[in-house]
Amino acid sequence: MARDDVKTGYKYVGTRPNRPDGLDKVTGRARYGADFSLPGMLHAAVVRSPHAHARIVKIDASKALALEGVKAVVTRADMPTGLEGEDLNLQDNTLAGDRALYDGHAVAAVAATSALLAQDAARLIEVTYEVLPHVTDVDAAMAPGAPVIRPGVADYSVPEGMHGNVARYMKFGHGDVEAGFAAADVVREHTYKTEATHQGYIEPHAAVGQMGEDGRGEMWVCTQGHWYIRRMSAAVLGIEAANLRVTPSEIGGGFGGKTTIFMEPLTLALSKKAGGRPVKLVMSRSEVLRATGPTASASMDVKIGMKKDGTITAGQIFFRMQGGAFPGMSPIGEALPCAFACYDIPALKHEAVEVIANRPKAAAYRAPGSPMAAFAVESMVDELCRELNLDPIEVRLKNGARNGSKSSYGPVYTMIGLQETLEAAKAHPNYKVKLGPNQGRGVASGFWFNHGGETSVSLAVGEDGTATVMIGTPDIGGSRASIGLMVAETLGIPYEDVRVNVVETGALGVNEPTHGSRATFASGKAAVEAANQAIKEMCKRAAAEWEIDAEAVEWKDGAAHPAGPNAGKFPPMTIGEIGSKMGGTGGPISGHHEVTAGGYGASFGTHVVDVEVDPETGRTTVLRYLVVQDAGTAIHPAYVEGQYQGGAAQGIGWALNEEYVYGADGRLQNPVFLDYRIPVASDLPMIDTVIVEVPNPGHPYGVRGVGETGITPPLPAIASAIAGATGARIRSLPCSPPKVLAAIKAKR
Amino acid sequence: MSKIHVTTTVNGDPVEFLADPRETLLDALRNQLDLTGTKEGCGTGDCGACSVTVDGTLVCSCLMLAAEANGKRVETIEGMAKEELHPLQRKFIEHAALQCGFCTPGILVAAKALLERNPDPTDTEVRYWLAGNLCRCTGYDKIVRAVQDAAAEMRQDHRGAA
Repeated sequence: MARDDVKTGYKYVGTRPNRPDGLDKVTGRARYGADFSLPGMLHAAVVRSPHAHARIVKIDASKALALEGVKAVVTRADMPTGLEGEDLNLQDNTLAGDRALYDGHAVAAVAATSALLAQDAARLIEVTYEVLPHVTDVDAAMAPGAPVIRPGVADYSVPEGMHGNVARYMKFGHGDVEAGFAAADVVREHTYKTEATHQGYIEPHAAVGQMGEDGRGEMWVCTQGHWYIRRMSAAVLGIEAANLRVTPSEIGGGFGGKTTIFMEPLTLALSKKAGGRPVKLVMSRSEVLRATGPTASASMDVKIGMKKDGTITAGQIFFRMQGGAFPGMSPIGEALPCAFACYDIPALKHEAVEVIANRPKAAAYRAPGSPMAAFAVESMVDELCRELNLDPIEVRLKNGARNGSKSSYGPVYTMIGLQETLEAAKAHPNYKVKLGPNQGRGVASGFWFNHGGETSVSLAVGEDGTATVMIGTPDIGGSRASIGLMVAETLGIPYEDVRVNVVETGALGVNEPTHGSRATFASGKAAVEAANQAIKEMCKRAAAEWEIDAEAVEWKDGAAHPAGPNAGKFPPMTIGEIGSKMGGTGGPISGHHEVTAGGYGASFGTHVVDVEVDPETGRTTVLRYLVVQDAGTAIHPAYVEGQYQGGAAQGIGWALNEEYVYGADGRLQNPVFLDYRIPVASDLPMIDTVIVEVPNPGHPYGVRGVGETGITPPLPAIASAIAGATGARIRSLPCSPPKVLAAIKAKR
Repeated sequence: MSKIHVTTTVNGDPVEFLADPRETLLDALRNQLDLTGTKEGCGTGDCGACSVTVDGTLVCSCLMLAAEANGKRVETIEGMAKEELHPLQRKFIEHAALQCGFCTPGILVAAKALLERNPDPTDTEVRYWLAGNLCRCTGYDKIVRAVQDAAAEMRQDHRGAA
């Protein structure tokens, strides 16, 4: 499926070597957030609100401070005032101000000589609350009479007359939607809902922070982006970014949830108050579920018109999303453009409102907004396909976006692979398996923009001809291996001779986090440019020694070669020879590149799932699962497959099991993994993958990000497969056994 | 509260420490013995990241008190590789059966315990044995393949040695 006009036949790109961090990770030596310790270190614990919404009347820490071994307590009173905008939101979420806004909202923190003592002390901090009315459901938050949680929260975009909990409004579209619906043979309109889910990384948030009275500090933390941690922590604490040095640990999963701060600044605030002793803070799982992540919950009205031949004539969608008690956190800005991004439809109308509710401040979660949008739109397309007895892949081939299509959100697509994923799914053996009783098949496509972002990378040639690469994007799923392969390919040296290190904030320019499916794309692109810069310098050194023009030297197979009229005049000079004498030929040789990377290239995928539904219990079993997605070029195919499989598994969990369950009291009912049930090994089949490669012209090796799209299609694909198996359409996730059973019974 | 003197064996080494009566085996391994390879993902026995064996039995070390390890034989991820990697460790790297790697120590310890009991498991048996070990990154596909490949190699080696 690769294009003929793009260079292939790479030596290292496209191979599957062992990852450089593999040995440390299978032996227990890899150091994650909670594995780091310092001499004299204290341990911290956080006091959290048991109420969904309450005024904080009084905080009395005297009993805690009286305990021997308790060194410091911090509350909001210890934080600077006068912050605005998102900085204020971050500070409000780090420690509540005059009101606790959700169950689990941090109210105070304490540091002591042991973790057990800190927990004892936290229990002795007495907080007096005045409980206030709350609302947690997205639709209930917009209902007349719902308590207005944060008066005046609406920004300029919100039209007059909307509910007081509406914080933002968006609208865009093109074409004549009414004429489009009039031209359709069938027009259907339904409401779909998705519950909030958590990223569910297995490693809880953890940080060690140290700050002296001079306001200079250091932090060791598990994060997807340590420059973000630095900027946000500095803002919350009122210190200068340059005075905070942040070193990322290995990271035990993030999926978007570790791109922001939660409790990290507390380690610094406590450390400063405790005379500069370092402070470790590790969240419990219930703290993670109650107070970090999650994603938004959504309620969506979709209307689509289709002709009998499958042509989609018009579509419209209205989103209501809540991203917690803080404005700007729901991904309406991503969900709306994603909704119809897989299609080329002449008339579309998009509208969305963001609603505030008494829930934790939402964080990014893998393709933020796209899975919800896909659940609504792809479910509706499937409903129309079934009603008109049309093949769901043929309908998508007919209406799907292709090269040159103007996307639903504006830009024209160039070199995208949606059609190729559909063709590959159609041709796959899974699509031809005959289904048995109580079995159904679902198909859905998915989209993610991908991302470039601020990127800074350095490369240094060693005295022995090896290369050290310094990147600023934490490696979560094998990106060091992929970047190492690209640098090896560029320099023409063995993969084993390249070491890629994720370095701290003091070692590079600002890097955005590993988010938006950007790390392998953007850090890889910058690493290749840095290698090219080093190559240029090495050619110059060789030319000087040969006393010829630098332009008359070319680089291949890890060595400088005389070229043009000088070809063959001198033996090639290897990177090892050049490196060994660089001190005497002009000094160390390095390369550096920084860029806000563009040309990231949109990502598309298509999934096919077969399920069997037990008509007695409503339990859904996934029989087989196929992910087809465009990777541009798969640098390390095993980790590309891993992204596809992992994304599908998270989407399957969202479709079948996972949801935030709030009680009438506004408290989270399931803040443990036993009750917030992510897929386990026995829930899933093998996840088949097909890597489509439509090289991205915006990257030297054709890479496009692969991390995010995979979570998007499972939500509608599973619901559609259940509809195929039972005749019952679930329009509200998750498709839990009781819900599916009720739908089957209603159908009988 | 006075502490409890615990004498135990960890990865074959004799160790002694003073445990708070509330201290879990997991916390003692990590904080007192500096064996941070064993991870805490939940603290409630749901995720398996803290899997170790105690006298050969697979346990969640977050659910066991450190004091209960007195006189017992504890094996952790740090003791899995001898002179060279255990086949499971090697196969996990080769099959890309880890992404973030945080669940990996617990899964390796659990998989080793499985293969000691059942050297030739079916895929379904592997999946049910590992159902108590959560992985959020991989979707388990490559984990199951790596376990099966290691099992096949270990059966081959066993036959070769016999």
